[in-house]
Amino acid sequence: MRKLCRRSSPVFTLLFTALWSAAATVAATSTEDLITQVQSVGRAGSENSSAAKAVNQLQQMGPETLGPLLVAMDDANPVAMNWLQVAFESIADQSLNSGQLPAEQLEEFVTDRTHNGRARRVAFDWLAKADPSAPSRLIPNMLDDPSSPLRREAVALAIKRAKAAESEEAQTALWTKALSGAVDRDQFDEIASALKKLGEKVNLVDHFGLIIDWHLIGPFDNKDEAGFDVVYPPEEEINLSAKYDGMNESVSWQHFVSERKDGAFDLAELTTSHKGAIDYAYTEFNSPVEQQVEFRLATPNAWKLWCNGELIFAREEYHRGMQFDQYIVPVHLKQGVNKILLKVCQNEQNQDWAQRWAFQFRIVDETGRALSSSDESSTNE
Amino acid sequence: MQLVFCWVLSACLFGLLTEISHADWRQFRGNQSNGLPEDPGRDWDGIQEVVWEADLPGRGLSSPIIVGDRVFVTASSGGLQERLHVLCFSATDGSKLWERTCWATGRTVCHPKTCVAAPSPASDGKRIFAIYSSNDLICLDLDGNLQWFRGLTYEFPNASNSLGMASSAVSVGDKVVVMLESDDASFAAGLNADTGETSWVIDRPQRANWTSPSIAPDGKTILMQSSAGVSAIDSETGAEIWKYSDGAATQPTLVMVGEVAYVPSHGVTAIRPGRSDTSVPEILWQVGNLSPGVPSPIAYDERLFVINNGAVISAASLENGKRLWQARLKGPMSASPVVVGNKLFTVNEEGTTQVIDPDKKGKIVSEHQFGEIMLGTPAVTDDGVYVRSDQHLYKIAVD
Repeated sequence: MRKLCRRSSPVFTLLFTALWSAAATVAATSTEDLITQVQSVGRAGSENSSAAKAVNQLQQMGPETLGPLLVAMDDANPVAMNWLQVAFESIADQSLNSGQLPAEQLEEFVTDRTHNGRARRVAFDWLAKADPSAPSRLIPNMLDDPSSPLRREAVALAIKRAKAAESEEAQTALWTKALSGAVDRDQFDEIASALKKLGEKVNLVDHFGLIIDWHLIGPFDNKDEAGFDVVYPPEEEINLSAKYDGMNESVSWQHFVSERKDGAFDLAELTTSHKGAIDYAYTEFNSPVEQQVEFRLATPNAWKLWCNGELIFAREEYHRGMQFDQYIVPVHLKQGVNKILLKVCQNEQNQDWAQRWAFQFRIVDETGRALSSSDESSTNE
Repeated sequence: MQLVFCWVLSACLFGLLTEISHADWRQFRGNQSNGLPEDPGRDWDGIQEVVWEADLPGRGLSSPIIVGDRVFVTASSGGLQERLHVLCFSATDGSKLWERTCWATGRTVCHPKTCVAAPSPASDGKRIFAIYSSNDLICLDLDGNLQWFRGLTYEFPNASNSLGMASSAVSVGDKVVVMLESDDASFAAGLNADTGETSWVIDRPQRANWTSPSIAPDGKTILMQSSAGVSAIDSETGAEIWKYSDGAATQPTLVMVGEVAYVPSHGVTAIRPGRSDTSVPEILWQVGNLSPGVPSPIAYDERLFVINNGAVISAASLENGKRLWQARLKGPMSASPVVVGNKLFTVNEEGTTQVIDPDKKGKIVSEHQFGEIMLGTPAVTDDGVYVRSDQHLYKIAVD
């Protein structure tokens, strides 16, 4: 759930603050200092007291601080962003009641796609209160918006229009248009179902960029769930031609491509439904640029995940369900080939609902849009 | 008699210590974590009249809480349920007074039946402490001004559950106590209510757990229930006072009457602090055929009421656990029962509220069908019962 904030250009920040109101300019130094105090709030609760005082002072300064607070969300960590947001909402509430909520400036912020997508959504909500005509004017143009909460509204509107269309041709066109913006699974499912009834095919794997091409090696021993912290050879080296001692016999890397419609990589189905076992899955992702992304993983099994040799996250939980985008892990990709290793641990539970040994994996950008490897890496050919 | 004296004394002390208004319902299952309002025995015919309803912006299983003439409720919305809402309504007419939102900083994945706004908020009468499945904790004053915000996932990134978390916060003294337990990282923490800073943290059993901390009648001790059993924790320091280690349920939460805790463990087990060894509680009785389902048991008028997974309610003697009667309700049920006007008030998952007369062997006095999914436990005040669905908050008059 952690997201990087979009940084607006310093020039725009200055301009925006200056234009907000003359009073804002007068109080700029003080406002800036107070916002800096809020932004410095620690993720573990440090600096809470000084941040609380700063929020209190900002709220007393009135509507002039609304613009700077929104802009400040661009640079805020996720915790500080919430501090800034609630301060913004408190002031916006007072301003709305006194007829001082600046709709024009809010709309300017909402329509500037360089700002933080969540901050733009908050500004949009208050704009809609100040100017009830704004949603119908703005939402139809947000189907490709980088703000996922705003784009969700645009997709919802497109779905509504598709449902209202009379001819099948118009329906197909509108549902297809809606699909172009959909990044949330619930909206995708509704659209895909409608298109299927109209005779159109929708490929979930392609739409969500699920990675279905992996090398596997295993099984390694996980009896009594003891293998989770055991460092087996694939954690020390990636050598696709190597052989190692496995749980039962010598094991080597094998290449698989999932053919499941949901893009899940079912280890039990592709190999053998071992119990008390560990498989490693390896793939490469070629990123055209250095970038911040999210690895999105689903699995009912315990797992560890590495990117370029660095342990990104580890989770020892078994059979609490497998849901789309179950885990969201922020990762920084380097330009070029990135090496991704996943350790998938199966335990020995014997209940019917505890037999699955599988995962589903994809990579998305900061806006939730699926990313594809820019070029097939040699290992996955 | 001794038990009654202890209960009365403790209740008085608790009231003095926390300065709770008689009309308030400040946390999950009420001010004393027992499902009882301050005046449970007042006269009510059980006829349900909905006096107002208010729209909610997202899903929620959390209980409403009431402070003075204000109702506070949480909700979650968005494609990933990443938007966290705290709403404040007038208890008189249901008008929305304010709404604040934050973005989840922790995991938002949940089983489809539950949602991110599953844990109930708590209040100390001056502030609201709203907690979510994402381990985010928002503290606002009663007018919606931010006091502090914590994203506990930053310190404990593995304290999450792929089915969703549900343990509610409790306000006790100058602390907010949270209990976040999963198959991986598990902990409980006491946070400074003024600043949100961590006062203490203790390790908890590494097993998924959806029960909530309960405030003992002394107003200071917190009982924490898990698959391992029950621990009595000093809310000031986090120190363990005593421990029952024979296992307990992970969904329904124990209820206390005086010093006795009625624990969903091997059916129901009644325990109280040990006399000779104060670190080990004394087992008063254990009855296997009382099997709490998801709803927590409730004790009232010398009886324990337990609803099982088949929506059968059983009444048992508090003294020895002997079953007195049982009756079938319309289920399935997730919400815990509360007492209103000398009657039991239940909510089933299909949105049917049932008022039950405990003095007539569980006779259903009235029903009301809201026609919306309801999993949240109701809140009770002097003049009303508050129930919520994913779409609406309702007030039912009690007059």
